[in-house]
Formats: sequence, C-alpha cells, structure tokens
Amino acid sequence: MNPSSASSARVLVAALRASSGPLQAAPWLAAAAGFFLFPGYEPLATQIFVMILFAMSLDLLVGYAGIVTLGHAALFGCGAYTAGILALHGMTDPIATALCAMAAAAAVGLLSGSLMLKTKGLALLMLSLATTELLHEIANKAAFWTGGADGLQGISFGPVLGEFALDFRGRTAYVYSLAALFIVYLFLRALINSPFGWSLRGIRENDARMRALGCSVFSRRLAAYVIASALAGLAGALQAQTTQFVALDSLSFELSGNVLIMLILGGSGRLTGALIGVPVFMFAQDALAKQDPANWYLWQGLILIGLTLFAPGGILGICSRAWRALQRRGGP
Amino acid sequence: MTAPIPCIETVKLTRLFGQVRVTGDVDFALYPGERRALIGPNGAGKTTLVNLLCGRLKPSSGRINLNGVDVSHMSEARRCQLGLGRTFQITSLFPKLTVRQNLFLAVSEHEGLAWRLFRPAFGHSRQMQRVDELLHRIGLADAAEIPVSELAYGRQRLLEIGLALALRPRIILFDEPAAGIPTAERHVILRILASIPKDIAILLIDHDMDLVFKFAEKITVLVQGGILVEGTPKEIAADERVRKVYLGEGTHGRHVTA
Amino acid sequence: MTTVVTILFFGVAYGMILYLISVGLSVTMGLMGFINLAHGVFAMLGGYVTVTLMNRLGVPFFPSLAAACAAVTVLGFVLERGLYARLYGRSELDQVLFSMGLIFVAVAIARMVWGPLAQPIQLPDYLKGQTDVLGVSLPAYRITLVAFGAVVVGGLWLVFDRTLFGARIRAAVDNHDMAEAIGIDTSRLFAVTFGLGTGLAALGGGLGADVLAIVPSYPLLYIVYFLIVVAVGGLGSIKGPFIAALFIGLADTACKYAVPEAGAIFVFLLVYILLLWRPNGIISRSRADG
Repeated sequence: MNPSSASSARVLVAALRASSGPLQAAPWLAAAAGFFLFPGYEPLATQIFVMILFAMSLDLLVGYAGIVTLGHAALFGCGAYTAGILALHGMTDPIATALCAMAAAAAVGLLSGSLMLKTKGLALLMLSLATTELLHEIANKAAFWTGGADGLQGISFGPVLGEFALDFRGRTAYVYSLAALFIVYLFLRALINSPFGWSLRGIRENDARMRALGCSVFSRRLAAYVIASALAGLAGALQAQTTQFVALDSLSFELSGNVLIMLILGGSGRLTGALIGVPVFMFAQDALAKQDPANWYLWQGLILIGLTLFAPGGILGICSRAWRALQRRGGP
Repeated sequence: MTAPIPCIETVKLTRLFGQVRVTGDVDFALYPGERRALIGPNGAGKTTLVNLLCGRLKPSSGRINLNGVDVSHMSEARRCQLGLGRTFQITSLFPKLTVRQNLFLAVSEHEGLAWRLFRPAFGHSRQMQRVDELLHRIGLADAAEIPVSELAYGRQRLLEIGLALALRPRIILFDEPAAGIPTAERHVILRILASIPKDIAILLIDHDMDLVFKFAEKITVLVQGGILVEGTPKEIAADERVRKVYLGEGTHGRHVTA
Repeated sequence: MTTVVTILFFGVAYGMILYLISVGLSVTMGLMGFINLAHGVFAMLGGYVTVTLMNRLGVPFFPSLAAACAAVTVLGFVLERGLYARLYGRSELDQVLFSMGLIFVAVAIARMVWGPLAQPIQLPDYLKGQTDVLGVSLPAYRITLVAFGAVVVGGLWLVFDRTLFGARIRAAVDNHDMAEAIGIDTSRLFAVTFGLGTGLAALGGGLGADVLAIVPSYPLLYIVYFLIVVAVGGLGSIKGPFIAALFIGLADTACKYAVPEAGAIFVFLLVYILLLWRPNGIISRSRADG
C-alpha cells in the first residue's frame, strides 16, 4: 500500500476518532433540529421514534441477553391496549396511562417469561409465538373491551403534563415521544454498561459458565425480559397515544418479525443499531410497498436472506468492518 | 476433640444412566485445606463424579453435603455461591470478551454486583482492583485486554483457573487443569496450584501422574464408578491393585514414582 | 355420543394433517439442528401444486398429490444443498432470520402467482360423501385423512426402526460427529432427509387442503401449530410428534366445539401447561439428565 493512501487513512481515522463524541450526540441533535426544520413530517417522525424505542427494547433481549424471541409484539400490543382501554374509561393522562401500560406489559412479560425462559431454542421461539397468538385471539374475541378486529378507535388522551395537548398537528406528540425515547436510551445505555448488563453478555456468550460462577441464569434473564417487556409496553402506549388508535395487528407475528428485521438491519447488540435500522426500514417500506404489498414482502424476504448470508452485523456491522479496514490501512 | 466436618462429602452417592451404574454407592469426603487427587482409568466415572459434586448432574440416590449442608438437589449456581468452585476440562470461557472482562464477570457474581443496574461496571474500583490482583496471580496481566478467542490455549487454561479463584471458594475442583498443555509448560499450572492458600481444599482430577504425585497429599482411586482405594501417594504407588487396574499388567505409560 | 365420536374423528383427522406436515420438521430439526420456520412453505406449495394440477390441467386428485410431493421433494433437496447448508453452523438468530426471509419470499411469490384468495379444492366424487362408521355418519374425506396418516406413521416407523437409512438418521441425530466418524455421509443424509421431510409436508398440505386452507399467508398462519407439534412432541423423533399432533388436533377441535367464542385460546393454554410439565417435549430424545 502506498504511503499517501496510508497517511490519508490515518488522517481520516484521527478525524473520526476526534469527532466520536459529537457523532454520538448527532442523531439526537438532528431529531431536535427536525422539529424546527421539517414541519409536516411530525407524524412520520413520531412513528419512527416509537418504533426505535420498541426495537431498542428488543435489542436488550436479542443483542445483549441472547434471547431470540418472535413474540415481542405481544408486549407492545399489551401496552397499547392497556393505554387505549384506560383512556376509553376515563383515565386520560398520557404519562399515567403510559406507566400503567408499562406495568401491564411487565406483568405479562413476567408470566410468559417465567415459562418461556425455562426452555430454549425452538421451544422458546414457539412459546413466544404462542403468547402473541394467544393475546391476539383474546383481543380478537373480547371485542367489547378491545374493539375486536376493528381495533380501538377514536381514543383521545389529555394533555401531556397537563399543558401540551396531543393535537392533530402532532407537534406535542413529536416532542413527547422523542423525550421518552431519549430517556429510555439513556436508561438502556446505563443498564448495558452496568454489572447487570455485563452479566447478560456473559449469559449470552456462555450460560453454562455463568452458572459455574454462581449466577442464577434463569432469574437474570427473566429480569431482562421483564425490563424489555415494560419498555415494549411503553412503545405500545406511545403509539396508542400519538395515533389515537390501537390496531389488532399490534399483537401480530408480523409486527414481531418487522421489529426484529428493523433491529437486525441496523445491527443488534449495539443499541444504536435501532437508530439506523428503523428509519431505513420504514423508508424502504414506504417506497417499496407503494405499488403492491406483495412486492414489499418479496423485498423484505430478499433483504433478510441477503443480510444473513452476507451481512449478519447489519449496517453498523458493515460500518464496523469498514472502520477496522480503515484503521489497518492507516498502519500501526 | 470433635472430628472435623468434611467441606464436601458424599453418602452412598449413586448415578444411573439407564441401566448403567456410572457412579455406585460412593462415600467420599474431602476435608478443609486438603490437597486431594482423584485418579482412575478412562471410563471410571471421574467426570460424572465431578458433575455430581458441583450440581451439573442430579444423583439417582444418595446425598451430597457441602460443609454439612445437604446440597443434593441444589442447583449448580447455588452450590457455587456456597463456596464450591471448579475448572472445566474443556475450556469454558467467554470467547468474545477480554481476559479482564472475563475475570470481572466472575468477581461481579461473587460480590453480588450483578444486580446493580446503573453504575458503570468498570467503575467499581474495589472490584477492579481484585481483577488486577487475579491477573497478576495467574500471570495474565500483559494479556488483560486481549479477547479470549485470541489467547493461546495454555493461557486460556490459566484463565480457567483464574475464574475459579475469583469466586474465593472454599473448595476448588480442578478437572484436568493441564489438559492439552505441553509437558514442558505444566509446571506453571503446578505453581499456581501450589500457591493456592492452605485454607482452600483442592480436588485435582488428572491423568498426569507426575502432576498428581507432586501435588497431592492424598489420592483417591476411582474404578468403574466406585472407590477402589485411598491413601498417600506412596501407598497408592505401592498398591498392587492400582497398578493392575490403572497402569496395566505391563506398566506402560508413565513410570510412577512416589 | 354421536357428537363425541364426530369430534374425536375430526380431531384425529386434523391431527393427522398436522403430523404429516410437522414430522419432517421434527426429523430435520433434530438431525440438522437448524431452526427452519419456513417448513410451512413446503406444505403450502404442495397444496398449490396439487390444486393447480387439478383445476387447470384436470389431473385427478391422487396423481396431482403425488406429482406435487415429487416436485416439492426435489425443490427441498435443491434448497437444502443450495441455501440451507450454508447456514448450518450459524447462530439461532441467523437461522430464524433466514427462514423468515424464505417465508416472506414464498408468500410474495404465492400471492403474485395465485392471487390472495384461498384456492378452491374440488374433492373427487368418491371422497365427497359420507360413510357410516360404527353407526356414525362421517365424511369420506376425513376418513381418508386418518387412513393416510396411519399408513404414513406406520411406514415412517418401519423406515426409522427397521431400515439402514433410518438407522443412519437416528445415529446422526444422536451424535453427528460420531456418525461422520463411522462413515455416514451426513451431508447427503441431510439433503435426502430434508427432501423427504418437505415431500411429506407437501403431502400434508395437499391432502389437507380442505382443513388448512391454501392461502398465500399459509406459512405465517399455521407455523405456530407446526412448531407446537414439534416442541411438544420432541425434536428428532417420529413418535412424539404423532402423539402431540393427535393431542393438539383433538384438543383444538373439542375446544372449538365446546366453547366457540374462545377459539384457539384453550389450545395455547394447554400448550403452556404441557411445556411446564415437560420442557423437553413429551418424548424427549435427549439424555436422561437433570
């Protein structure tokens, strides 16, 4: 390799390293700026924030604890329906209903997780699917409470913090969901770097070893599962609050699959993967599903197959490899 | 003067796999501070016994006591918390994590840190100090930031031992700690074994007779799931039955010196 | 009494279909350790090909079925060698994602080729009527399902327990490395077994076209049930899933009859209880370990 390319690589590496602090803050600054710069896009952006929160909660399970689940939608839908049903029956404060939704989802997570996590592999996957199907069936049949196949329509919530109305313009919803996302991000980041978070990594790497270190693997995983469930429930509640509607397919295999794809597209095990995967997925979906929904399925499938065969680390994985290659080019 | 309580003992311990009696009616006792070795020909059931002791396998009948407490149906993790540590014959580490991170996980579990959800893991200075001490103890201080998967096999075996030591156990079961290490380097393992404080009981399972006879104060010989004989290295070396069963009639293999 | 017999019968027939489709999944999962969520795709294709041959080309029912099975077996063989084999050592997550990708592609293609509606199936006349069995009038079609299922179970048991091929499969399920060491060509075994497993699924899909409707979202709709049969029955066995499938078929039919408003809820609750009791499946092939 010639000296000039090596030295330009070195300069690039140094520049990226120096800006890594600001780089981390960049997405949040961009989101904050978007509020002022792109009026009219609030509803789409809010949807993206909610999905990122949902995907991050999944990352805790899939990327850190090593629990592969296709049933995360069960907790999302649980939170959504809880918030919606409470609003229809008089409790309209967004934050209060969000907290109740988190509690409900955590409870469901505790119940289903206690059984699911006693199994592994196929049985665990199957139970995660079965939980979602079970809740889906219940929501479908208990139409009196849930609106059945039509979903919960026309739910309205009170103003956030008593001040900011969740109006059709969506400005409050934007700030509200972005704030929630940011807080959850900080929470998860602290959790990931705590001894608890590291023990989850240990369990993912070698659970037999963790047992031999005195770790009660089951309860540790269950704790992670309950936390992830509560956060998924929060995402569901936010969606109900910002769209004023809860669809039956918030309890579907399809949603579980989609959020998993969004996460993997960005790269799991990095927390920030969700920040990238979700917008990319949603823009792709918007662009490709326009002509024909079947078309979108085809693309989704091909992307998934392509990802697993060629880029298992997702977009961030590709960036990571490129970064390492760049560092090597810059010389020792 | 009351008899000392064994730190680990089994009472008529039996384990069946289908019809096969892999462990049969074993009465075994290890006392605090003892340096014991467990030997036996292949298929004698040594690994099964170790797995029974540490809780990986449940007994078909009989009891296991840890410091007088019946742990026969306790989980592996629980026994570990009660002071039982072990190393694995086939290296069982956290391959993508660094040596330091591996040790930290062990220290974190032992010190009950693992339920702390918020403070950064590596900001716990006291625990990080312990990790540094362990790194020096097992001689891996220079490799602290290297991922385990990139570590030489011999050094991985040292880390195996380090993880067990991190738990400050009262008993350590060493399952073939020198497995796969060239003879010339085995003295490093022996040195670490020798440096373990006298209040910790050690049960060493190994095929390397040199290591066994240099290390053990007392040897237990296991044959076909049952204890054949127990005694000092000198007694075992002289025992006819041991020679026959273990070393074969022609005494090929390592020549045993007491 | 008639009701009980009818429920029993319908339940068994349904169970047979589930078994036919899921047994291939159980064996290949036990054999290759590969989590293949896309198994339903092969059942769906069996259904589509059968129905297309019958409706477009006027081929009679059983020959269509046979052709569909043959076609899907070949497809399965090819996919295994070409795609699945690349992912054998990979993590569970990668396998799940890959098989999900296959599902999406198959669903999309099915919708593009055959449209979104359920395929109408015209059973041959001799299967349309009712026959009297033990004083109860039962549909000939479902009697055929039960008969087929029984024959297949018997045949599979024979192959597994009595032939060299079956012995090789059992050996490789038990201990892959050892099987290789004694000279079993595991890659070829995988490919052939996978092909046969998918062929059986196609049989189940085509035969059961009236029980599990042939729609493009077939693999998504019914995957839970196939997974339940395999998880409850135990991986790598042919007897476990049989019991599990019958049980699920009976339970689902009985519950839907007794409490139609509750739908599938009871079956899922039952599955939870079953797995609480036996996390490794009813007939587990794993070592007797604590």
